[in-house]
Amino acid sequence: MMTFILRRTGSLVLLLAAVSFITFTLFQLGPSDPAAAACGQECTPERVAEARVALGMDQPFLVQYIDYIRGFFSSRMIGAPGAQTLCEWPCLGKSFQTNENVADIIGRSLPYTFSMAIGALVLWTITGVGLGLLAALRKGTPVDKFIVGAASVGVSLPIPVTGLFLLLLFVNQLHLLPFTTNEINSPFGPQGPGAWVANYLLPWIALAVLFSASYIRVTRTNMIETFGEDFIRTARAKGLAPRTVTFKHGVRAGITPVVTMLGMDIGLLLGGAVLTEQIFSVPGLGFTAVHAAISGDLPVTMAITMLAAFFVIVANVAVDLAYAAIDPRVRLQ
Amino acid sequence: MKRAEPLTQLQSVEPNTGSPPPPPAMTPENKVAAPAEARSLLATAWMRIRRSKVALLSLCVVVAILLFAILAPVLSAMSGNDPYTSNTSPEVLDDFQTPGLPLPGYMYPSAQHWLGVEPGLGRDLFARLAHGGQVSLTIALLSTAVSVVLGTVLGAAAGYFGGKTDAIISRIMDLFLAFPHLLLVLSLTPILQSRLRDTPLGEGSFLPMASLVIILGFFGWAYLARIVRGQVLSLREREFVEAARSFGASHLSVLFRQIIPNVMGVVLVYATMLIPTNISAEAALSFLGVGVKDPTPSWGQMLNAAQSGNWYLSDPWFLAVPGLMLIITVLAFNLLGDAVRDALDPKSSR
Repeated sequence: MMTFILRRTGSLVLLLAAVSFITFTLFQLGPSDPAAAACGQECTPERVAEARVALGMDQPFLVQYIDYIRGFFSSRMIGAPGAQTLCEWPCLGKSFQTNENVADIIGRSLPYTFSMAIGALVLWTITGVGLGLLAALRKGTPVDKFIVGAASVGVSLPIPVTGLFLLLLFVNQLHLLPFTTNEINSPFGPQGPGAWVANYLLPWIALAVLFSASYIRVTRTNMIETFGEDFIRTARAKGLAPRTVTFKHGVRAGITPVVTMLGMDIGLLLGGAVLTEQIFSVPGLGFTAVHAAISGDLPVTMAITMLAAFFVIVANVAVDLAYAAIDPRVRLQ
Repeated sequence: MKRAEPLTQLQSVEPNTGSPPPPPAMTPENKVAAPAEARSLLATAWMRIRRSKVALLSLCVVVAILLFAILAPVLSAMSGNDPYTSNTSPEVLDDFQTPGLPLPGYMYPSAQHWLGVEPGLGRDLFARLAHGGQVSLTIALLSTAVSVVLGTVLGAAAGYFGGKTDAIISRIMDLFLAFPHLLLVLSLTPILQSRLRDTPLGEGSFLPMASLVIILGFFGWAYLARIVRGQVLSLREREFVEAARSFGASHLSVLFRQIIPNVMGVVLVYATMLIPTNISAEAALSFLGVGVKDPTPSWGQMLNAAQSGNWYLSDPWFLAVPGLMLIITVLAFNLLGDAVRDALDPKSSR
């Protein structure tokens, strides 16, 4: 087990380094001139040249990359020689728009993204696994066909359409829920958990509709497969109650692929649900990234993309390790 | 070229023992010389799709939507409107209570405006929906084509050559799969647009289309490549590949004439599934304001217009038109993709 952990962690570090390097390359070498983006609308050639020095872009590319990575581990000075400012740890550069430390911008957005992710996750896991299990138990009946059909429709519903429709119906027409506000980003705030749920319920539903559809499919397929296996027949034959067979034996064995999916989706969602945050004006990572991308705020988009990729990779490795802990056969491959 | 005849014959009489059996190659020689059971790929797919009502219906809807988009200029000319002319006269748009909101006679379908008009500018919604479909579907189909070519060639090369080639391509695939797709595409599209602006691709309404095709195509190949690689790993050990090699065929010729034709079944399945993904991606990006921009219409741009200024709250029809169109299109392509997969991959069962 120990070697497996070490090997996976080693590959994790390598992958993170590769991802950070690629993101950095894409964002530094991609734009025709990041310095022009940094200096904004009214820009003279001299000011572009100044901006280039201030961004450290007169340095060789590898030096720039190493400087950037150094900021992950300690505070560093950035800016032109003579006009340097301290960029406190963790330093991810400074916003072109507000000159604010990018790490602060990300820190401010994270609670919103967490609020979005946690509720959506709970909602779609319950509905996805529940309905998938129900469909598998009632295989071939109208109930099953209805659930499978609903899942097909569910994966085809684009978030912008569902999101705007939910806002129109529940907020504008029925007045059941308030428009989302920026003031609530945790269930422990002064407004209490009720207001938190009311604030995020619609974004959760919008995300859950899309995600639970694929969970229904995976759960159903795997449960049907599991229910057909010998150990289930044995359990039934020795006279166990159907409920015990279904939940204690069946679900436990058939749920593992769902756990994999869940791990990866958590990673994905922590990087920001771009569309949902935009529709419901929730200022999380995705929302921040959209606005930074549109206004050409490279340090912010770069840092968020890198962070989101980190989340995905770490989630993948976490799933692998959890698997290896549960199932010893995995360690051998 | 000269060697092709005996090889394809060898390949077509070869018994289907492997798992999963590769679909027969789509070479012209095959059709002439092959025994009865070796039908062409598309014919096999069609045979099986014809048996399912859902598959047939979704195929019809897909064809209808494609025709709707292709015939956009003809259809909007028939309706007597074009997607760009605005009409803000007080007879069409409200001037008092909610300035810009279409008056009841213009908001909903009528003989003059088949789907009503847009709030704000009073442009004809039917013409914009049809032309927008042209833009959205062109982007989706072209970017799928880019991904499919990249994914097939790179995946097949990784599987066929193995060793270092495989290691390098596989690591690149892993990296591409690690990135959160939408976020990366979203942040790189404006960057690519700034690069393309001074090139021949950067002209006016062409720029967003070109940049979306490049970005979506370039970031969509990794998954397909992984699947193709897996298939090729087992294919390259088969006798017909060995036979081709022993006849002295070069690696490249074996790769393109023997291996790739044999993975076309899987490629077709994943291509059909990639199209709806790319339709949604175009809609998402244009909705977020980094893709197709006004005045050029696309389904995503129309959703963006419905959200901006909160028009969808006072004119829900304006949201429903592109929204329903998008849902129907994505659903039809998804169901067709499922059907093609069921038809070509005997292992999959829903």
